[in-house]
This record gives sequence, structure tokens and C-alpha cells, in this order.
Amino acid sequence: MHANIDTALEIPAVRFAGVARHFGAVKAVDGVDLSILPGEFFAMLGPSGSGKTTCLRLIAGFEQPDAGHIEIFGEKVEGLPPYRRAVNTVFQDYALFPHLSVGDNVAYGLRVRGVGRAERDKQAREALAMVKLTGMESRRPAQLSGGQRQRVALARALIVRPKVLLLDEPLGALDLKLREEMQLELKGLQRTLGLSFVFVTHDQGEALSMADRVAVFNEGRIVQVGPPEEVYERPRTRFVANFVGSANVLSAAEAQALGAPARPSSLRPEKIALMSAGASAPTGAVVLDAVIVDVSYQGPVRRITARTPAGLVLVAAVPAGQAGEIKRGGPVRFAVRSDALQPMESEE
Amino acid sequence: MIPAILDTPAPHERTLRRLSDLLVRRHNLLVLILLVPPLLWLGMVYLGSLFVFLAQSIFSIDEFSGTIVREPTLATLAELFRPANFDILMRTVSIAAAVTVLCAIIGFPMAYYAARYAGPRAKAAFYLAVMMPLWSSYLVKIYGWKLLLAKEGAIGWIAGRLGLGPALEAWLALPLVGGPSLSVSYTGMVLVFTYLWLPFMILPMHAALERVPSSLIEAAGDLGASPGRTFRTIILPLALPGVVAGAIFTFSLTLGDYIVPQIIGTSALVLGQAVYTLQGTAGNIPLSAAFSLVPILVMALFLTLAKKMGAFDAL
Amino acid sequence: MTRASLSLKLAALAGLAFLHIPLLFIVLYAFTTEERSYAFPPPGYTLKWFVVVWERTDIWAAVGLSLRVATLATLIALVLGTLAAGGLARAKFFGREPISLLFVLPIALPGIVTGIALRQAFGLMEIPFSFWTIVLGHATFCIVVVYNNAVARLRRLSPSLIEASMDLGADAFQTFRLVVLPNVGTALLAGGMLAFALSFDEVIVTTFTAGQQSTLPIWMLSELIRPRQRPVTNVVAVLVIAVTFLPILAAYYLTREGEAVAGSGK
Repeated sequence: MHANIDTALEIPAVRFAGVARHFGAVKAVDGVDLSILPGEFFAMLGPSGSGKTTCLRLIAGFEQPDAGHIEIFGEKVEGLPPYRRAVNTVFQDYALFPHLSVGDNVAYGLRVRGVGRAERDKQAREALAMVKLTGMESRRPAQLSGGQRQRVALARALIVRPKVLLLDEPLGALDLKLREEMQLELKGLQRTLGLSFVFVTHDQGEALSMADRVAVFNEGRIVQVGPPEEVYERPRTRFVANFVGSANVLSAAEAQALGAPARPSSLRPEKIALMSAGASAPTGAVVLDAVIVDVSYQGPVRRITARTPAGLVLVAAVPAGQAGEIKRGGPVRFAVRSDALQPMESEE
Repeated sequence: MIPAILDTPAPHERTLRRLSDLLVRRHNLLVLILLVPPLLWLGMVYLGSLFVFLAQSIFSIDEFSGTIVREPTLATLAELFRPANFDILMRTVSIAAAVTVLCAIIGFPMAYYAARYAGPRAKAAFYLAVMMPLWSSYLVKIYGWKLLLAKEGAIGWIAGRLGLGPALEAWLALPLVGGPSLSVSYTGMVLVFTYLWLPFMILPMHAALERVPSSLIEAAGDLGASPGRTFRTIILPLALPGVVAGAIFTFSLTLGDYIVPQIIGTSALVLGQAVYTLQGTAGNIPLSAAFSLVPILVMALFLTLAKKMGAFDAL
Repeated sequence: MTRASLSLKLAALAGLAFLHIPLLFIVLYAFTTEERSYAFPPPGYTLKWFVVVWERTDIWAAVGLSLRVATLATLIALVLGTLAAGGLARAKFFGREPISLLFVLPIALPGIVTGIALRQAFGLMEIPFSFWTIVLGHATFCIVVVYNNAVARLRRLSPSLIEASMDLGADAFQTFRLVVLPNVGTALLAGGMLAFALSFDEVIVTTFTAGQQSTLPIWMLSELIRPRQRPVTNVVAVLVIAVTFLPILAAYYLTREGEAVAGSGK
């Protein structure tokens, strides 16, 4: 592991240069540039059909690019079949071989490399222990729960020591509690192994909480890439602002009216403060009087939708306890600091 | 931590791996390689033979020498419409139609019961009970009916015991459908055909009925439709594609058969027998080929109609 | 679920009886003492016809020929039908439909047309009738049975299993041997058994491709047209039922279990 670090600093684990993949008239991936660093937990986030899964399949070798170049640790891999790539995948449906026992599933990668029975059984046991499935070797995949299958799939992919691990919505089929548990475990595993994990998801919460960096996909392109805080705090487009969390998107004129530069801007609902009647505005903040259009209770916060006399509709998320006399149709006073507004590159 | 492993394939695998690379990269090449042997077999052996045979329908036969005249003519095809030949066609199509209708009538209650009321175990038993006769020996099944239909056989005996002997006699005395005994009559022939092809009707009918959601039938009941009306307006139209799919089999199998008429039938020929005798003893291959075109054309027409009705989903 | 009316139950039962009673009669007649007619009820019962059949070398020769033809035709059909299924199961190219129609055609068209066509072709190419001409004809219509079974199973096989195998380092051939074959194996076996039953029983095409050779169905057909040895035919009919029933039953259970296995992959 340690020997790799020097080279790892300069050579990305995965690099896309102008990669495109078309299916007939559909541009599934439409000119993607991308660098994933060694040891990085990288999330590809986007709605279905945005091209994130195709990108994953391009790295794995299940798809070949129609244009552009793909490198894995500096080596060009276009045209290389999946079995020649030091990259392994955890599939969305796990793709465990139904005719093999759990132990043989995990040992499959060793078997096709000609490793002897005793050695691969030993390694399979170790790999299963790593994902906390000790003693499950002789079970059939059909006898396992969803969470257990997920772990088997993980052990099976890791036993052949990939340089990059690809995960295609691996948590999508699990229930909420299990999902949160697996999130922590995956993150821990990735830290221990020091591997690059590339993780495809449509769940922004999952991407924000697990990834070192997030790439947001839309219509076959990456619209923004960066650390989770950056993507969340400074969305570059309306799409990102709305897909990653929720946001108020303001036009240049509306932003200017709130004391910010005249640029299309986003404003996160939790950045809007509620003021009690008669209180004076904090420094650097603009006070807005509005009429409440809708209120919804969401546990820790209350979401208030309100309209200013100028016709601007804002959504604010305020701590549930703070909201006193809030009724639909009633008045409300917001305070917005102008630096809470994040200028965007475009309003689209 | 998992120890590293080395990817060192055995030397003899190297060429295979390279071939594998090619096939994975060029998926179309793989499909081509897979399809070429069966296509060659069926294309050359089967389609070739079929073409050689059917193409002779545009030749004719020299009436004196009995040799085939290899000049394109429509005369042979026109011969199909001569009264004697046209009778054969009409007779065969009528028999096929009667068989189809009988299969649908006998098969419907079975398919309907299995699709709507049977539990999973009963359903499996039903499936097996239909599959076994379907796959059991064709000749043996005909033989079984020969035993049953013979003058001294079981049906005659049972009819006698039940006092239905005179009724059976009266039926056999009828012009078209009768004959010296059941085993030498159209009634017998239609019965045997119905028996032979019944499973081919039940299975697609069952598949179509399985797809009628029971909520739909209940909804019709809730809306005040009587059971009879529900049956006519909901179940029957939805089962129809299955019946059409089954009819493809019953029709085509009856049209092409020459063994049942030979064993159970009367002296009046049906299409299959005509083809058989024309190519054999009569040595008139062109007319035999012309006759063979009829079931093919009828089926092509049938299939086109069926496709429009969506009958293929029930197969 | 509502209950079926009595009349529906009776009609369904009557249909089932109609399907099975003739087969029972064949079994009954194998034991009859009557030699010259199909008299019912049989005047007496005996096992002697089984002994007679046992000693008939001509019948055993016919059985032997039928078994050899069926075995070889099944093997050819297994190879060609599996290849065809592999090529078409997930293909989406232009011309897919006509090709799949071609595979079904030998069983969709009347057997007599196939038979005469083959005989004409043999005549044209001056190929004398032999064991191989029978096999050729049988393999042609057996392909579709294997093809249908294999294509159905391949379509149920999750494509991610194949991707997973390659992802883990297996090339196309290893993937076929270690993943595809074990998952479609039972379907192929079932298809093979049905093909075997179909070939063992086939008479129409065989009539035109056998020449002077006699397969078991050909022997039976001549007995059906001109009954000379009724009691022997009765016994042979029972034997044929036994020989074809077993592979069909096996095929049924193989495909049922196969469904359970393939379905658990999800």
C-alpha cells in the first residue's frame, strides 16, 4: 500500500477525457471529463438516466466509449474487456451466482485465476470474516437476507484486490436502518483498505454523508464536482441546487434586491432566519415581510413557504421550536444575510 | 488483509483469452458465430429442400410419359380448383374447423377451471395432466382410439349396455358423418383429431385466461353484470387470443395430417392423403407441391390475422 | 376466491377423462387373450404377449434403430439449438424475427411437407436412404424444442451474472463454463429429453427419409394400417408409452426446479 503513495499523488485512479457513450440517438454519456484520486471515496450522484451508471460501466469495461479516453492508474483501457481490468464491481442486484455456495461465490475470482481449492477456501473465509459473515461459507445466496447478500458481493469483489472498487447503488435495496449501518461500514472498509471507491447513487443524502467528493450528473454530463460541502453550499446551477438538498433559486434582479451581486443565486432554506415581530435586523441582513402560503412540519424543522409583496416566493426551514404564531395566511418576517446567497453560473 | 494474487493464466489459455477478447469486444461477431451453424443447417438442409419441393408447383406433368415438364406454368396450381381437388380442400378445411371448434369447447372448461379456481398444487397437477398426453406417442394415441372405435370395441359395447346402440346406429346411418363403423367415419376422424390436438388448445387458452385479472371479473360483478353477461363481455373477449393461438395448432396440425385419415378415415381423401398419394403412387410431384402450398398459405394467413389480434402473447 | 360451479367442475373433469381414458385402454389391451379383434371387454387376461414381444428380434431391431436415431438427433439438436438460443436470446438486430421464425418453421409446417421436401432433396443429390437420412430429418425438427427451452432460460438469466463473472476475471469461455452452463443446464437437459421423445415417436417425416429401414413407429404404423399381429402391437404400444413418459416427466421436473434456481438469482 505505502509504496503506491508517491505515484498515487500524481496519477489519478480513474481519468475520463471527453468520454461519450451513445445508445442510438440517446446520449447516455455526453463528453465527460473526470479524475478520481487513489484512495478517494467518490460518489456519482444524479437522477436515473443521467449517465452515472453508464460511467460506472465504462470504468468496469461493460461498455466501451464511442469517443474520448479512459485511463485507470495511467493506463489506457479502451477496448480492454472487464476481465483484464484491475477494477471490480458490486452490482445493484448483487449478481451472486445462484448455483454456487456463498464460499464459492466469494472464491470465484480466485478460481478463474487458477488458485488451488485449499488456498481459495482459506482466502474466502478471511474475506467473509472481513464483512462479518464468518461461518456462512456453505449457505446458498437464496438463503441470505438482502444485507447479507450485499456483504457477500462486497467480499467477492474485494478478494481479487481491485485497485478501484465500483459500487452501483449498492444500498438501494436495503431498508433505512440497514442502509445507515452499511454506510458506516462501507466508509470504514474504504478507509482501512485505502482503495478508491466509486459509488453510484441517486440519494443525495447518501452521497453527501459518505463521499470525499461528489460528481453531480445531469443529462449525460457532469454539472458540478467537488467535496460535499462545496457542492451543497455553492451549487453552480439550478439543477444542482435543487437536486442536492432543496434551494430557493433567485434571479439576478431578485438577488440584487437582497443586497447580493446581480447574479442568479441560490439560497438554502435553513439560511433564512425567522424574526420575532418588532426585532431589528441583524447587521448585513435584509428584512423581508411576507405572507405565509404554506407550513409543513418535518420533525426538527418547520418549512414555511411565504410570498413577499414583490411576488418573491421563499421557502424557509426554521427550527420547529422557534416558530411561534405561524399560520397559513398570517404575516411572517424573514431575515436574510446577503452573503447567504450563492451566485450561480446560470439560472438553468 | 487479503494477500495479493498474480494473474498468470496457463499458457494454453492464452489463445483462448485472446479469442475471448475479440468476442467480448465484437459482440456481433459472437452472435454471428453462434448463429452460423444452426442457420446453415436449417437454411441448407431444410429451407433448401422445402424450396426444391415447393417450387415444383409451377411445373407440370406430362400426361403420357408421366415425367415432370420443367417449364413454368400456372396450370398445376389451377388444377387445385378442379372440382375433385377443390372438394378435397374444402373437406379438409371443414374437418379442421370442426376439430378446432370441438377442441375449444372441450378445452375451455378445463383451462378456465385451472386458471380461476385451482390452487398451486392442483395447477401443477393440471399442467402435468395436459402435458403427458400432449407428449405421449402420436401413433399410440391413434392406436388407443382404434381400440375404442372398433365395431367390437369399447364405445360400441358401452353404447349397447346403456341401450344407446340404436342411437349409434342411427348416427352412423347419417350421410356425411356416418359410415360402416365409427372407426371408418368422419365422426371417428374428427374425434381422434380432437383428442390428438386438444392439449395444444388448452395450454394457450389457459395462458390467456391466467392473464385475466380476477379483480376485473369481480368489478364486472360489482357493477351489476350477471355471471352470464360477465362471461360474454369480459372473459370471452379476453380469452379469445388464447383460442386463436390454440387454433393455429389445431388447424395446422389437422391440415397436414395424413395418418389419421388413413387409419380412421373413409375412402374420400383429405389434403394430407392427397399430397401423400400424389408424390408416391401417382408420381405427380408438381400437383403434390401445389397441394402442399395450401396449408402453408392458410397458416400464413392465419398467423397474420392472429398477430394482429395479439394471439402470440398467449403462446 | 369464489368456488367453481358444479357444472364447470364436471365439464373440466370430463375433459381430463377424455384426455386420459384412451391411454388406459391401451394398457388394458396389452393383457387381453383375444388375438383377432379389438373385442371389449377382453375375454380373458394373460401376460404371454410380453414374452412373445421379448422374443421378437425384428421389434428389438426397430427399437434399437429408433433409440440410435433419437440419441444422435438429440445430440445434434442440443448443439444447434443451444447455439441458436445463445445467438438470439438477447439479440436486438435486424432480421432477428425471421431467423427465430426459421427455427420454429420445421415444427409449424405439416410434417408431410418437410418429409417430402427432404426426400426430394435426397433424390436430387442422389443420397441413398440410410441411418443418416433419418437422423438428418429428425435433428431438423428437434432443434426447435431445445431452442425454445434454452431461450426461455437464457432470457431469465440475469445479464449481471455474466458481467459479474467477467468483472471477477473470467473470460468468455470461463464464464460460459462456470456460470452460463450451470444455470441453463437443466433447461438443456429438459430440451434434450423432449427432443428425444419427439424423435423416438416420429413417424411422418421418417416415412419419407427411412427407405426400407424400420423404426419402431414405422413398424407400428404398418400394423395400424394392416393389423396382423394385434396382441404384439398392444404390448409394443404400452412399451412406447413407458419409454416416452419417463423423459417427459423428467423434463417437467427439471424445468420446474430450474425455475426455482434461476428465480433466486434476484
